[in-house]
Amino acid sequence: MTYDATFRVWRGDASGGDLQTFTVPVNEGEVVLDVVHRLQSTQAGDLAVRWNCKAGKCGSCSAEINGRPRLMCMTRMSSFAEDETVTLTPLRTFPVVRDLVTDVSYNYEKAAQIPAFTPRPRDPDGNHRMQQVDVERSQEFRKCIECYLCQDTCHVIRDHEENKRAFAGPRFLIRLAELDMHPLDTTDRRNAAQEEFGLGYCNITKCCTEVCPEGIHLTDNGIIPLKERVVDRRFDPLTWLGSRIGRRPRS
Amino acid sequence: MRTRDDAPVTTTAPRGSGAVSAGRGSGGPAPRRATIAARTLRTDRWWVQPLVTVVVLLLFIAYSTFRAFQNAYYSAEPYISPFYSPCITTRCEGDSFPEFFTGPAWISPAIYILVLPLGIRLTCYYYRKAYYRSFWLSPPACAVAEPHRRYTGETRFPLVGQNVHRYFLYAALLFNVILFYEAVRGFRDETGEWGHMGLGTLILLVNAVMLFLYSVSCHSCRHIVGGRLNSFSKHPLRYRAWTLVSRLNARHMQYAWISLFTVAFADFYVFLLATGTITDLRFF
Repeated sequence: MTYDATFRVWRGDASGGDLQTFTVPVNEGEVVLDVVHRLQSTQAGDLAVRWNCKAGKCGSCSAEINGRPRLMCMTRMSSFAEDETVTLTPLRTFPVVRDLVTDVSYNYEKAAQIPAFTPRPRDPDGNHRMQQVDVERSQEFRKCIECYLCQDTCHVIRDHEENKRAFAGPRFLIRLAELDMHPLDTTDRRNAAQEEFGLGYCNITKCCTEVCPEGIHLTDNGIIPLKERVVDRRFDPLTWLGSRIGRRPRS
Repeated sequence: MRTRDDAPVTTTAPRGSGAVSAGRGSGGPAPRRATIAARTLRTDRWWVQPLVTVVVLLLFIAYSTFRAFQNAYYSAEPYISPFYSPCITTRCEGDSFPEFFTGPAWISPAIYILVLPLGIRLTCYYYRKAYYRSFWLSPPACAVAEPHRRYTGETRFPLVGQNVHRYFLYAALLFNVILFYEAVRGFRDETGEWGHMGLGTLILLVNAVMLFLYSVSCHSCRHIVGGRLNSFSKHPLRYRAWTLVSRLNARHMQYAWISLFTVAFADFYVFLLATGTITDLRFF
């Protein structure tokens, strides 16, 4: 079944832009990205849109659909009423390059600042050994496709550009958690998480979890456990006392 | 023809540059972002959830404040309201435990203890989400701009104090034991004879269970029982405990709300008994 949908698409660049209205045919079973491609091929040949896999695995087609950060390739047109206007904008947290394409290099800069995985020495036979049960928690965070929807929706930087210096964003807080929980890793990242990556800025309002297309529990399984580890290190006098009398490691 | 800005992309604005919220703040978008004036383009009723949270929490705060300061109708043998348990002064109504001191008559016994249950709820990771969103609008909903010009989160006093949550957890666990003790004392009749049970006993018992589930499902508890470990395989018992608490933790929000209702209802039931509005339904 085909119908004509009304799309409002933000068009412009860093110097300015606005929402332009289009009427586009929609076929049964299509997703928003299909309609954007049709729009591109029939009415707006110069519409800039970033995409790649169309399968929710590359994280390229992140945008805001009716104000909600989502992947265009994973948003079915059947989730909208036929007479509903669908509004498409670029991610509002990052500088716009053109139309629906944003410059997400902030994320790459933050990624590069995270202390790398530092494994303990290998076993005498040259292998690293760990139990599956020890790495399961970290593996949840490895599902991240780096679509940066969590970064986009996080109000700490979305509403306060000035916080980008001090705050790494949820994607990189779970990267820190992933490494800190890793059974082979030897680097203590707790102070850095608080001081350099701005863990204290997070007020755990869970928007990152709500928008994650991979269903990663960023807040409950990553950020809050990391906050608790920082409490161990910096705010818990009993843990501090334990480290003084040798009952706990000092790191 | 559209012009492209060839200047190097800077992703962080200098402090004091006037960079503001994408849709709110002091009047315009942050540098180089898409110029969209609307605070949000969401079309769903995103305001319903924070509104409901505000209404329910305000109702609870109003009721619990009134009852805490009322200093009356909190005991109807063999029951005592959870708002006044443990009643630690000698001025308590009824048979209470323990009685440490005699406070001024005008201070309600509830005032001495309620700071601890209040503390665990205030610093709870779930309630933080709830009240940051609904009361402080930071943010009111996902992808809806907050109205504040500055944001420092939990990096400074007083909000850095949220990190003491685990100490309120320890206190709450102590309260849980006392509430179970008081619920067990409900298996007496009004003369103190054991081997009886009434609707009040059941209500206090359910309340004690729900408050206990709220405490042990807490994120701090999850961390303390095993979350802080990096090698579960070396600590199988703590891993099992962590797994169990993790299952409960997935329902922490539900326990937070249910226990809020059960504690208020348990108090209200004791209030009705104490005022003589109803009589306790005795099962045996």
